[in-house]
Amino acid sequence: MSKLIIHQNKITNIEEFIAVCPFSALENNNGIVEVNGACKMCKLCIKKGPPGAAELVEDQVKGIDKSQWEGIAVYVDHIGGDVHPITYELIGKARELADKINHKVYCVFMGKGIEDKACELLHYGVDDVFVYDYEELDHFKIDAYTSVFEDFINNNRPSAILVGATSVGRQLAPRVAARFRTGLTADCTILDIKENTDLVQIRPAFGGNIMAEIQTPNARPQIATVRYKVMNCPERKETPSGQITKCSIEKNKLTSKIKVLDVVAKPKERFIENADVLVVAGRGVRSQEDIALVKELAELLGGEIACTRPMIEAGWFDAKKQIGLSGRTVRPKLIITCGVSGSVQFAAGMNNSDYIFAINKDEKASIFKIAHYGIVGDLYDILPKLIEKIKVSGKV
Amino acid sequence: MNIIVCIKQVPGTNKVEVDPVTGVLKRDGVDSKMNPYDLYALETALKLKEAHGGTVTVVSMGPPQAKQIITEAFAMGADEGILLSDRKFGGSDVLATSYTLSQGISKLGHMDLILCGKQTTDGDTAQVGPEMAEYLDIPSISNVKKILEITDKSITVEMDMANTVEIAKVEFPCVLAVDKDIYQPRLPSYVKKMATKNNEIKIITFNDLDDQDEKKYGLNGSPTQVQRIFPPEANDHRELWNNTLEDIPEKLFVKIKELKFI
Repeated sequence: MSKLIIHQNKITNIEEFIAVCPFSALENNNGIVEVNGACKMCKLCIKKGPPGAAELVEDQVKGIDKSQWEGIAVYVDHIGGDVHPITYELIGKARELADKINHKVYCVFMGKGIEDKACELLHYGVDDVFVYDYEELDHFKIDAYTSVFEDFINNNRPSAILVGATSVGRQLAPRVAARFRTGLTADCTILDIKENTDLVQIRPAFGGNIMAEIQTPNARPQIATVRYKVMNCPERKETPSGQITKCSIEKNKLTSKIKVLDVVAKPKERFIENADVLVVAGRGVRSQEDIALVKELAELLGGEIACTRPMIEAGWFDAKKQIGLSGRTVRPKLIITCGVSGSVQFAAGMNNSDYIFAINKDEKASIFKIAHYGIVGDLYDILPKLIEKIKVSGKV
Repeated sequence: MNIIVCIKQVPGTNKVEVDPVTGVLKRDGVDSKMNPYDLYALETALKLKEAHGGTVTVVSMGPPQAKQIITEAFAMGADEGILLSDRKFGGSDVLATSYTLSQGISKLGHMDLILCGKQTTDGDTAQVGPEMAEYLDIPSISNVKKILEITDKSITVEMDMANTVEIAKVEFPCVLAVDKDIYQPRLPSYVKKMATKNNEIKIITFNDLDDQDEKKYGLNGSPTQVQRIFPPEANDHRELWNNTLEDIPEKLFVKIKELKFI
């Protein structure tokens, strides 16, 4: 057990001592300083308070035998057998981690009619794919899927499990973590592994304003979720390697209190705020017909088209597509502005984007002050050639 | 219908900085608010109560200051408020938080439905709902974008998936984590605020819980450990390319591909 003990006699000034805590967790109860439930154990009171006023008393933590847990496992994320590409990215990462500590890479694949789909996974560097193919696993049902996951963990005891942060993964991973009373770190952006098999997990918090490094030193399996397109997808190898293991589980473990009545395609309403990729049309686009060019690039990149205020005033776009102080604030992973000068008002709506590419004829345009890659040139020359290249690469 | 809504007090702003010398979070301790996503869960509960009757109980875990958001929930229409607060709960990660909440909720007697917001704005994990459901041994559904039907025994909802919507029927009791925009949250009412200003907020401490194993709560019950925090790398990379000097479409294509957008 670890806890903070306050030594009242070492406190020189109660008010000053209380002010040290950024979480208001130190309270003055009639001259006695106490720690309340707001304590985040940041230990700032120990570091910044008068010497000896706050002390951390720690018991020896019961260690676990980490050598009993071997292998890096990946949850195969899919809907109706369609494997989500995040799975391959995670296999690539798992391979890299496993090679460092000389472990194997496992996949756990649960669903209905998925056995042949498992073969494809063998082209990406997996040692063993564990397949649970049952009628009852037709749709994602959290209770049944957790039971299967539990069976897989109990039989294989993986040291770490990587799960895609998809609609399914973000529900399933926590339930599994709670069942094993182990740690789960959401949306990791960097993963590494120590020699003692502790997973080093780095993730953003506070809306991306802070990065935290998290470890799970006294529990196994260690579970992490990762968002799509954060890790690299490994090359597909021509010859498959590894094996497929068909697993069986008692039918009574597959019962669920959830019944999926229907699965319907989602009507496509897309918002520029949610897009990972945005291509923006600015005043450099000369006519309404020419918007098609910008739109084509957006579609090829799987993104959305957005615009600046003058385009709204010209009536060429719906107001929902406008970026800026009088429009929407966006934070895509990639934004390509085409013929946008980059007013302060526009920049305020998009300057937190991960990668900003700007195409503009005027080398003095203020957009180049915020662009990571500024391109001085004519969009009418560049875009058609870029579009052609993307199309050609897609055919290969 | 007895509905529980889990709410959390979060910092009023996400703008936090790391002190470059000490590596400690710098933020205003005073400015805080109800997690915005929880407003949608509370609104859903109030809508269900209006249509089907019952009570709405808000449950929060946090320091004594978190009473403030329970008072706010009263002003929106919640009937009862519970705060799980004890210094033994300090330093909880997702697992310890979920366990503490499940222990607290199991003290409240019969319930049909537990509603959570999508995630919090400080932790952003979206994990507490499903973990709590596991501890309570009841089913859960996240990403709920619409409620379609309610019977005595079950609730039918739309679960938002990447490209599809699943219509799922789940038995009571269950946990639902609702998406933003399921309903537009109402504003706190002044009349309700006045009428409920003497409402009691029940405090549940460690000693009130069934499981008295201190190792399952707070820092001790938290398998994950934050090793360090640091500011994200700012992308202050700047490059200027000129179309008259080099083959820009090719360079652009290669760069975008390298960044994994093609």
